Amino acid sequence: MSSAEETLPKTNTATAKTSSKPGRRKPKLPLPNWRGSVAVLGFFLLWELLVRLEVSGFAQIPSPLTVVKVLFSTYIVDPDYWISWITSFQRVLYGFVLAQLLGIPLGLLLGTRKTFNYLFYPVIELLRPIPPLAWVPLSILFWPTAELSIVFITFIGAFFIIVINVHDAVRDIHKEHLWLAQSLGASRGQIFRRIIVPSVIPSIAVGMTLGIAVTWNVVIAAEMIAADSGLGRLTWEGYVSHTGPVVIIGMISIGIAGYLSTLIVDRVEKRMMPWRTSH
Amino acid sequence: MTRSNANSRLVASGLAKTYQRKEHPPVRVLDHCSFEIEPGKLTVVMGSSGCGKSTLAYILAGYIKPDAGTVTLNGNPIAGPGPDRVLVFQETALWPWMSVIENVMFGPVARGDQTTAQARQNAVQLLKRFGLIEFRDKYPGQLSGGMKRRAEIAQALMNQPQLMILDEPFRGLDEMTRELMQEYYMRLFEETALTTLFITSELEEAIFLADRILIMGESPGRIVSSIHVDLPHPRQFEILDSREYLDIKRTAMDTLYSLAHDSETPGYGT
Repeated sequence: MSSAEETLPKTNTATAKTSSKPGRRKPKLPLPNWRGSVAVLGFFLLWELLVRLEVSGFAQIPSPLTVVKVLFSTYIVDPDYWISWITSFQRVLYGFVLAQLLGIPLGLLLGTRKTFNYLFYPVIELLRPIPPLAWVPLSILFWPTAELSIVFITFIGAFFIIVINVHDAVRDIHKEHLWLAQSLGASRGQIFRRIIVPSVIPSIAVGMTLGIAVTWNVVIAAEMIAADSGLGRLTWEGYVSHTGPVVIIGMISIGIAGYLSTLIVDRVEKRMMPWRTSH
Repeated sequence: MTRSNANSRLVASGLAKTYQRKEHPPVRVLDHCSFEIEPGKLTVVMGSSGCGKSTLAYILAGYIKPDAGTVTLNGNPIAGPGPDRVLVFQETALWPWMSVIENVMFGPVARGDQTTAQARQNAVQLLKRFGLIEFRDKYPGQLSGGMKRRAEIAQALMNQPQLMILDEPFRGLDEMTRELMQEYYMRLFEETALTTLFITSELEEAIFLADRILIMGESPGRIVSSIHVDLPHPRQFEILDSREYLDIKRTAMDTLYSLAHDSETPGYGT
């Protein structure tokens, strides 16, 4: 094949992509949703008001203005605050990635190998209903460092989700997709790599979306119980030391961290499934 | 694609298949189902939905084993799926994660019959011929129903099969596309004389395409009648207005009516 042939597909995709959206040449700027903005503003106003009027329950809760002041005067310039971010992110990353690295192959094995499935699926079914946080004491007893036990609990949070998702996806592969490959003479290895694995990618993506959310939940709780660092710990220390603004700053930080992680996972998922996104 | 079909005779004899179901009585899908497919001819199997047509197609393709009976192609018994008999499925079976050209190239590359470069070159030729060359790097999900069907036929042809099995391939397409696809397949068949088994539940489609129509009865499914279709080639849709067409339609309708009458009348024939 000539080199001209080789380069053709690239130019083709480029033209195909631009021509596939004839109606939308300019991306529309999203119109600010004024009702939404009013509601958000109202929320903060109400909060501020409830604190100023010292409504019962709000005695120890800082006003939004105080929170903003503390955040910008102390925390944003405090390296320790940012270290908390990094620490929590690292724990989520290790736990999450480990869960995918072990969970995806295990799900594939459970889905494709009958004997393996009979042997090990009951164990998975047995352990799966135990909530990740129930593992905290055992984990601390088992692992030599607190760090390892937190990563382990985080791992548990995402592991069973991904195993079950991949396992079910293998079971649900369209039989026509496998039959066609058999008809065309593909070997078992080829069928596994080129048919089974790509078929389960959408379910891996679902598992990742669910997993990242659970992972943040778990890491925060585990930090509050068992760690001396991280965003969860920061929030908890704010409570223990009766510093209301820190509690709120911790909550907001965790929210943003979770949101950022979801964005990253979404991007990864889109790259995993180019056929789902190009229309 | 120029492979000679002179010897690709398929003989099915005494096929039977019963599906066992949990907590339900077993279903006898096929019984005593026998027929022959002549090489270089387009044979249509016609029957109402649920009469076991797809099960028959799966047995011929080698995906499921019959409980009884044998199928031979050129005298060799069919033991499993193979590239000598490619089935085009009712619903699209193109792999959504592969581009059109990757789908088409898959067979010869997987078997090691062609290098990737050779297969790509051949696929390009086929896609040009099928009017899909501009879509070669698109994913199946980006194609229209008619394009998907053409891509699947191209994917099958890449393997130079001795027998094409099409299981209600144009079902679900709108009428216009459906007619275009029928004409399309007719032209392909007239050019290649590729031995074809075409399964359908539509009489008009059956007569337009067929050299011979095998009518399938139900519960259990078996071939009950064979109608020779002597319409001239090259066939175009104008043929549907001809006297010969109407005669064949009348014969076929009579057979179908008597079948329907048998199965709808309680106690008849038992």
